[in-house]
Amino acid sequence: MTTRFMEITVGLFVVMGAAALFVLAMNVSNFGSLSSKEGYYLTAYFENIGGLKVRSAITVSGVRVGQVSDIVFDPERLQAKVTIKIDNDHDYFTLDTAASIYTAGLLGEQYIALEPGAEDDTLTDGDEIEFTQSAVVLEEIISKFISNASTS
Amino acid sequence: MLDWLQNIGKKSLRGFESTGRAAMFFVAVVRGMDVALIRFRLTLREIYSVGVLSIVIITVSGLFVGMVLGLQGYVNFAKFNAEESLGIFVALSLVRELGPVVTGLLYAGRAGSALTAEIGLMKTTEQLASMEMMAVDPIRRIIAPRFLAGIISMPLLAAIFSAVGIFGGYFVGVGLLGVDSGSYWSQMQANVDFSGDIVNGVIKSVVFGIACNWIALYQGYDAIPTAEGVSRATTKTVVHSALAVLGLDFVLTALMFGDI
Repeated sequence: MTTRFMEITVGLFVVMGAAALFVLAMNVSNFGSLSSKEGYYLTAYFENIGGLKVRSAITVSGVRVGQVSDIVFDPERLQAKVTIKIDNDHDYFTLDTAASIYTAGLLGEQYIALEPGAEDDTLTDGDEIEFTQSAVVLEEIISKFISNASTS
Repeated sequence: MLDWLQNIGKKSLRGFESTGRAAMFFVAVVRGMDVALIRFRLTLREIYSVGVLSIVIITVSGLFVGMVLGLQGYVNFAKFNAEESLGIFVALSLVRELGPVVTGLLYAGRAGSALTAEIGLMKTTEQLASMEMMAVDPIRRIIAPRFLAGIISMPLLAAIFSAVGIFGGYFVGVGLLGVDSGSYWSQMQANVDFSGDIVNGVIKSVVFGIACNWIALYQGYDAIPTAEGVSRATTKTVVHSALAVLGLDFVLTALMFGDI
């Protein structure tokens, strides 16, 4: 085995390893879509966020436009304060945009769906989304359904 | 009764001594790393023998592990009509756990045992002693390049394992069982976090690389210089490395993903 052959194979090995890491980073993880885009932040208050998590998706008509960046409980309003990050190229959200927490599929992950309204002015960095709809908690619906069924 | 106590005492003292020698050995290797870094050609040759020659076993095992994950995951997800989650399942199990761990175990069997046998035989045939006679520090010239090579090779091998495994899962899940290709990748991308999952997997494999090489080289260096001693050291390398990898994996998982 010549030194040249050995060095070539080691080079190949390192390139293969680096390529594998690259595939893992770009193709498998959210690295490609996550850090690159600049965005602006909006806040929304929800009665109940259900299973919403940091990094959950923000969608408009099902198209992903951003992600949840922070969730805290606001002790003054007694509501959950959700900060969301919207990519800069999506700057068409009007002041009366509505935010609702939906579930993808029956047991899927929860996401925030935004629905732009009719006003002319748009939301900018730091604004609050006023119209919100909380997550649907399955147990609540079931218990309501059961109590309705028993009274009627 | 006293014999029994003496036996326990002797064994624990020997255990402490061995741990101490292993720690001293580790410090000596880390301090002797300068030659391995300056004369990188020495390290290069070792990367060839521990890394390049392990590619085949790593690739083949990665492919099969990924295929099994795809098959098993599909069978279970199909019960809940959640076949789209197959991508997440395959990717997360490989990147977080199976990639580093199985690579560590295979590395211990394929490369670690070879390292121990090599060093042990060098000791038996008094090559190490004769190097010392020539004022060449065997730790710098022999051990440190191998140690460095192992640490460099391990994360690369683990990354190859995970990447190949994900494609193995893709072949079975999408190719054979008919999971939607788009949902396989998009669900994976949406749920695998770069810094949380992939970087932690790489950290794991580096830690396993340090552990496996430390054990392998120490066992070889510390082997009783007979044929039997070398064979016993080789066995010990594989057993200890496997235990170390699995134990460390639990600790690292608890530290990294324990709060999720």
